[in-house]
Amino acid sequence: MDQLLINPDYPHILSTLIFLPLAGAILLLFVRNEYFARYWALGITTLTAILSIPLIKAFDPSTSSFQFVEQVDWIQSLNIQYVIGIDGISILLVMLTTLIMPLCVLASWSYIKTRVQAFMVCLLIMECAMLGVFMALDFVLFYILWEAMLIPMYMLIAIWGGPRKIYASIKFFLYTLAGSVMLLVAIIWLYIHNGYSFFIPDMMWQNYSSTAQIFLFLAFFLAFAIKVPMFPFHTWLPAAHVEAPTAGSVILASVLLKMGTYGFLRFAIPITPEATMTLAPAILWLSIAGIIYGGFTALAQSDMKKLIAYSSVGHMGFVTLGIFVLNTAGVEGAILQMINHGITTGALFLCIGMIYERTHSRELRDATGVGKHMPIYVTFLTFFSLSSFGFPATNSFVGEFLILAGTFKHNIWLALAAIPGAVLAAAYMLRMLQKIIWGGTDNPDQSWIKDLNLREIVTLAPFLFFVFWIGLGAEPFINIIHVSVENLLNNYHGFHSQVAAVTELIIQ
Amino acid sequence: MQFLPELTLLGAGLVIFIVSLGSARAATTRNIAIGLGAAIFGATLLSCNQSGNLFFGAYQVDLFSQVFKMLIAGAMFLVLLFGQKLKGISEKVYPEYYLFLFMSVLGLMMLVSSVELLSIFVALELSSFAVYIMVPMRDDSGKFRFQMEAGIKYLLFGVTATGFMLFGMSYMYGLTGSTELSVVITKLSTMWDNPAAVISMMMVLSGFFYKLAIFPFHFWVPDVYEGASNETTAFIASVPKLAAVAMLIRLVSLISGDGQVILNILMVCAVASMFYGNLSALVQTDIKRMLGFSGIAHAGFVLLGILTFQITGYANAMYYIIGYVLMNLACFLVICTVSEKGENVMIEDLSGLHKRSPIMAFTLAVGLFALAGIPPFVGFMGKFMLLAGALREGYMLIVILAAINTAIAIYYYLSVIRVTYCSDPEERALVSPSMLTSATSVVLLAVILFMGISPQRFVDYASTVVQTIM
Repeated sequence: MDQLLINPDYPHILSTLIFLPLAGAILLLFVRNEYFARYWALGITTLTAILSIPLIKAFDPSTSSFQFVEQVDWIQSLNIQYVIGIDGISILLVMLTTLIMPLCVLASWSYIKTRVQAFMVCLLIMECAMLGVFMALDFVLFYILWEAMLIPMYMLIAIWGGPRKIYASIKFFLYTLAGSVMLLVAIIWLYIHNGYSFFIPDMMWQNYSSTAQIFLFLAFFLAFAIKVPMFPFHTWLPAAHVEAPTAGSVILASVLLKMGTYGFLRFAIPITPEATMTLAPAILWLSIAGIIYGGFTALAQSDMKKLIAYSSVGHMGFVTLGIFVLNTAGVEGAILQMINHGITTGALFLCIGMIYERTHSRELRDATGVGKHMPIYVTFLTFFSLSSFGFPATNSFVGEFLILAGTFKHNIWLALAAIPGAVLAAAYMLRMLQKIIWGGTDNPDQSWIKDLNLREIVTLAPFLFFVFWIGLGAEPFINIIHVSVENLLNNYHGFHSQVAAVTELIIQ
Repeated sequence: MQFLPELTLLGAGLVIFIVSLGSARAATTRNIAIGLGAAIFGATLLSCNQSGNLFFGAYQVDLFSQVFKMLIAGAMFLVLLFGQKLKGISEKVYPEYYLFLFMSVLGLMMLVSSVELLSIFVALELSSFAVYIMVPMRDDSGKFRFQMEAGIKYLLFGVTATGFMLFGMSYMYGLTGSTELSVVITKLSTMWDNPAAVISMMMVLSGFFYKLAIFPFHFWVPDVYEGASNETTAFIASVPKLAAVAMLIRLVSLISGDGQVILNILMVCAVASMFYGNLSALVQTDIKRMLGFSGIAHAGFVLLGILTFQITGYANAMYYIIGYVLMNLACFLVICTVSEKGENVMIEDLSGLHKRSPIMAFTLAVGLFALAGIPPFVGFMGKFMLLAGALREGYMLIVILAAINTAIAIYYYLSVIRVTYCSDPEERALVSPSMLTSATSVVLLAVILFMGISPQRFVDYASTVVQTIM
């Protein structure tokens, strides 16, 4: 338990962050006023965001231990604890979640017209579960929140979604649930082989047998690869993204997808290092396949949401690529890229949602040439699109650059194979941008379209702020994650040199 | 005091019998029945800490039996509460219906106290025969009379199962020279290499498999669930299963030494039940049939706890069946409320339920998510503890198969939720549950959630309870 730091200045800050949205959701159940529901949800999510700011201030970036830890016995007979804490890997994801939720509420302000209270309840429960997933240090707690999250997300798509919402929501639910049942078996196996404890840090860097590690890794991989989603498990993503309401798409893209990659970092690598070593090449090439496949498919889309959804497959391919090259530049780039993708793709989905609210179409050809009538809108859109394909001075450039640098260090062929992905990203984003801003000679009449109102500008502005902050000064972000990543990689390489030494000893 | 719940039940039966002689109004009969149900539940609470022996050791009153009596009475009371309108039963036979209901419950209560082969048999028959009559009592205005078919099927399968059981008991007596459970099973435990011992044990267990609907004694389930009225099905699907699990625990916990043969058979039954139940449930259109098949699968899960032969395993099984009964009752509450005149409810009849009655839609959604084993509800915790217990004993394969079944099951539960939340009601009528029904559903939901979030005290208590019969 030496990996835990209790921060006496903020004794219950993480629990507050988890339970404040939940309490807000429960109260909202008894309210029948739509206006109140909107303001209430905005208030609760904003309060959560404000409360989370001290985290970043008080976080000690010089240690890889878990900080702000809270520990309470929950189910004693099974030794399940309520234990939460964050380290450099999870803190940025927690911040991303808390900061993006008020913007999701704002984005749904006029988009959601039916059953507003229920929608806001779902959003708040989502926030509670998502924060819990990133903070949980007990495997059962993690699994419960991981699964419980499916219910509100399913509702978000199934009730407020587009025309094919039923197909999309069921596919989303089944895919994710089917992926994680083997995770449950893996969790119980680890529990039994770790002295009947579900405490995650104790499970790391243990000498499980090679066969067991392979099976554990496959169980992890199935659950997390579906969530990322990695090629070829990605087919639920375009469906879910296209049909979900704007806020649902933003949550899905910005936070939910990150849980898969977070799972790889938090569980797969530390718990099964040997299997990671064995299977990493396969995952790296799957990532490349995802990058190229996502790029080409995005190029062929006429539906804007689908285009962004497939671009997500490509971007998340970069993230898994960075994670499994297993060197400092790669992993740091991957974590930064997780945040970047959350910011950029979330903002792009918001932009598409704003067009959709006006034209009620997601088709690219119905949105051609709006640049003339919506100058503010296309300014935002341009910056986010540039960021999406990693234009220098935007946030994604830093992340992708680090990932590619790490990949070059690992294997030059792999890096060369990933480059076309970056080019493709520019191709499909610029194609979309060109059509939306200028279009051609056959543009539909867009003169009735109004430009962004103040609420929409307020929604988009924070995203733009972070695009440039990370793009121009990524230093503070990397400093926060650096020690945790170094510790992870040192342990990983240390583990392997140890194994190698033992093998040599046996051979001698 | 030791015999108080049973006496109260008998008294209740008498009261209802007297009511049946007069010509009381239907509403009066209903209210009397609910009052009596409350009294019975109260009596089981009062006698909860009793212990002792009755009828020359054939009837054991201990914490185990009393807790199960309390659960049985509680489940019966819930069925009475939300099934109070008895839409599917002709008003003329209300008193008789309640009479048989109470008699069946009396049989079940006696069953959980029985520790001798003959008293087990008598109690089981009392509980079964009353239900055999309740099934065809449904009133469908003389249209199809499929309740008769269901009743006959239930009777024939039931009699076959009891026949097996009686045959097994005769073997047991022949092998051990006693009818007392503790003596019989202890002696049998020393002779598992003798096929007759294994066969007799399995035959006796089959009687309880039949009540719990475990493969291969599940064949009655879909047709009886479909043919019986909604209220009767709610009863059959919940209350007898409690008693069956109690008796399985009582029997299996007495097995000592190497019960490997029994273990293997139980494992096969568990896995077969899960797969059969879940795969068949995938294609159902009648929600009662679907719940019936899902019940078969859940029974397989309960066996997963019993076949560990450990106190924690039995406690988990007990926790799981309590949770199952609550989740199932939540679903049946909705079915009974949605059904207008007591007709069967097709899954598509639930279309747009969220608009017709938000609280019923919510109850159904929580009930089904819980049955599917999604946290934070009781279904997840139960499954989790059963899987952990089985894996602790090293049964990796069966745990993986059970986990796969969880994934299969989610599809059909989700399809129902999809219909309730994502389709339009079209021209279907509004559903207006009574205050009593709404209150019952809120209580059920609260318990389902609470048991899932804080299972500690329930499992601890279940362990204490099981400890008393070891």
